[in-house]
Amino acid sequence: MDYTIKIGGEAGQGIQTIGGSLAKALSRSGYHVFTHQDYESRVRGGHNFYQIRFSDKPVSAIREKVDILVAFDTESILRHETELTVNGIIIYDSSFHKQKHNEPYFLDVPFSDLALEHGGNKIMLNTAATGAVLGMLGIETEILIGLIKEDFRTKGDEIISGNIKAAAAGHEYTKNKCAKCSFTITEPSNKKMLINGTEAIGLGAIASGCKFYSAYPMTPATGIMNYIADKEEEYGIIVEQAEDEISAINMALGASFAGVRAMTGTSGGGFALMQEGVSLAGMTETPIVIALGQRPGPATGLPTRTEQADLLFLLHSGHGEFPKIVFAPGTPEQAFYLTNKAFELSEKYQVPAFVITDQYLADTQWTYDSFASDKIKYVDRRLRGDELTKLPEYRRHAFTDSGISPLAVPGASRHLVVTDSDEHDEDGHITENAETRNKMVEKRLFKKMPLIREEISPPLLYGDKEPDILLVGWGSTYGVIKEVVDILSNEKRIAMLHFSEIYPFPLEKKLNYLSLLNNSKLAICIENNATCQFARLIKAETGYIFFENEIKKYDGRPFTLDGLLGEVNAHIRRL
Amino acid sequence: MPTLEDYKGQTPAWCPGCGNFNILRSFNEAMVEMGIEPHQFTIVSGIGQAAKFPHYTKCNTFNGLHGRTLPVATGIRLANHEMIVMAVAGDGDCYGEGGNHLLHAIRRNVNVKLFVHDNQVYGLTKGQASPTTGEGTKTKNQPFGVFSSQLNPMALGVALDCSFVARGYAGDSEHLKGLIKEAVHHKGFALVDILQPCVSFNKVNTYKWYGERVYHIEPEYNPEDRLKAFERSLEWGDKIPLGIIYRNNRHTYEDMIPVIKESPLVNQSFDLSKLEAALKEFY
Ligand SMILES: Cc1ncc(C[n+]2csc(CCOP(=O)(O)OP(=O)(O)O)c2C)c(N)n1
Ligand code: SF4
Repeated sequence: MDYTIKIGGEAGQGIQTIGGSLAKALSRSGYHVFTHQDYESRVRGGHNFYQIRFSDKPVSAIREKVDILVAFDTESILRHETELTVNGIIIYDSSFHKQKHNEPYFLDVPFSDLALEHGGNKIMLNTAATGAVLGMLGIETEILIGLIKEDFRTKGDEIISGNIKAAAAGHEYTKNKCAKCSFTITEPSNKKMLINGTEAIGLGAIASGCKFYSAYPMTPATGIMNYIADKEEEYGIIVEQAEDEISAINMALGASFAGVRAMTGTSGGGFALMQEGVSLAGMTETPIVIALGQRPGPATGLPTRTEQADLLFLLHSGHGEFPKIVFAPGTPEQAFYLTNKAFELSEKYQVPAFVITDQYLADTQWTYDSFASDKIKYVDRRLRGDELTKLPEYRRHAFTDSGISPLAVPGASRHLVVTDSDEHDEDGHITENAETRNKMVEKRLFKKMPLIREEISPPLLYGDKEPDILLVGWGSTYGVIKEVVDILSNEKRIAMLHFSEIYPFPLEKKLNYLSLLNNSKLAICIENNATCQFARLIKAETGYIFFENEIKKYDGRPFTLDGLLGEVNAHIRRL
Repeated sequence: MPTLEDYKGQTPAWCPGCGNFNILRSFNEAMVEMGIEPHQFTIVSGIGQAAKFPHYTKCNTFNGLHGRTLPVATGIRLANHEMIVMAVAGDGDCYGEGGNHLLHAIRRNVNVKLFVHDNQVYGLTKGQASPTTGEGTKTKNQPFGVFSSQLNPMALGVALDCSFVARGYAGDSEHLKGLIKEAVHHKGFALVDILQPCVSFNKVNTYKWYGERVYHIEPEYNPEDRLKAFERSLEWGDKIPLGIIYRNNRHTYEDMIPVIKESPLVNQSFDLSKLEAALKEFY
């Protein structure tokens, strides 16, 4: 069982509401769900769609074929009719469209009339449509009813019962009238959690004891701020909407200096503004976590679409030379744990740590049985309380064997905490002394870098352990590459090599990825950008060259399973 | 009790005769007289001659980027609102590079004290015009004279309903010391613009020039009358008023944040067990 539901319409028509409740109803029923949204940079109108793939087996990518299309406007029919599978069905409300469709794969469902008649308000047509889809699939409405009760909790009994009736009416209608519906649904299993990349980063930050988040809104990073802001009171966090990204990073550095874990998040343009602050974190050795949600550039690019094209910019961000840590999670699960690791290492080594995502990972929802909170690491490495008060003396930038100086909380003792964006001495005071400069560079860069590199996990090898064909990816392409490997592994010795911890570049001693690359007959680097930035990074770090074996996509859309499979097969055929 | 000896920092690298020396002295004396210990406050500064200030006294210091003092100060203050947080900046630093942050710091009304060493010139980069340089002043960079109008920090502060707006003068250290104390005691954001002769690059606004013009605002003046304050803030030229131009009792930003009602953020411990509740919402 592997079905795809697509809900299409204009912005403002409630596409997200229907998609959201369907996805949640399915994940609660225990199915594996993968959702993806496609929207334009506008608040009303245009063409948007929400796509849900669900199965009894794990799913991690989008398909091009659609089993149920819910069309809220004519545009959705025109654009997506050809995507229907053999048994696919389009449901629509003919009162919305100028015409009635007589082809057998159309089912006219009067969403709006059903809502008015049964629920008491046309507004409830979204709920009627959600019920209708479940009716077509032959899935009962109890779970949906439960969701309605939760979602409208604050709206009163009348609204709740109206929506429940609208859902039931939609369900009844398709259950009885959909003659062509022939979906076979497996038995529901244990309920799953449904989470997207954005929420996973926010959750990871909260789980890491983040207490201060400052940002200026920019898609697709805004969601992290929204998620954390919603939890401010519960977890004792301050979320500050700064006047610009320059302020956002400087505020976070201020908060971190003052003694709390701090984070900021932005997208390419905002990150461009933050450069000096990144460098300031490097010089003052102030811990900070920065989420970078990529979207297509240059400049404002395609604001609501996806791309993996800021990797090299990020790696070279900030002027001057200092260590940084860069993680590129491929799934919400990785986003959760890597955000935690970013906080851990950022504080341990007092360097900026980055979590790089993109619009695609930010918005896609995945299902999991659970996240293990016992895998979360939290060690407060700041000197405070007695530990600090009892120190005979304190120097913020003291030279140590490890290069890591004690990080004290200012004001918590008589010891002064002094730091500077200028080169400074061990006390933190400005100096231009050449010898001190050398020692500081050695401390910040040469001593810390090897230690940080030891902490970096190797890339993930998925599939054949001695592959002929190796598909290499990083970040958000994880899911789709993995499914390509699943499909092709019946006939080929194929594997995925996925990098999610990318700077400092992983050591080969934990996994000899270079020999895997060299021993394969075909290694292909797959990236959502135009210049194969990761391939260039591998070349710079290891000397390995992919030559022409690259699959790239830079139209602002993510890879689809069918699309990538076709391209990989084309490379294999040329072997 | 702290003594002036406790406030002895590094030897300043300012030009002999620079107005910054007097500001430093007034500041240290004010701290000693208020009984504030060096570890009890933090000074955030940016880049410029003025910005070297915290190194020349004794305190917790974050000497960050040009123009970015106020965001850092805001972050520190929100994380620990029991700490006295001050920002020291040049006029270029604060009104030029950091202009946007000033607007928003005033709007937020975080309890940060901003001391601007206003020498009406860029000192460290050797004499270019700053936002407060008089119109028509010629410099190496402005050979035809400054075309833009001169920024009026006092009027700006009043217009934005800044909660404390005052002007001091480096040549009048006793009076300046009083203003520094008032600013520290005030609850809310304080903008103190300090006229500071730059003996190396500003040949117009000299000690003599100021000496002939500055006067103390009369004791009867009510700084809480915003319209009168606006009038007073526009005085510049033959007569330049020193003192508190405007003051109000707006609530501070920190007062409004529910999370830190009980204790500062920095003292709140983190409890991982609460995470389960956040996780539940995803089912
Ligand atoms: C982003 C950035 N731009 C420019 C500079 C160079 N710079 C250093 S100090 C300064 C101006 C200093 O003038 P002001 O802030 O008035 O302080 P003063 O030296 O007069 O006390 C400039 C432009 C810098 N350090 N950083
Ligand atoms: S250049 Fe001007 S402001 Fe700078 S130290 Fe010299 S006199 Fe003071």
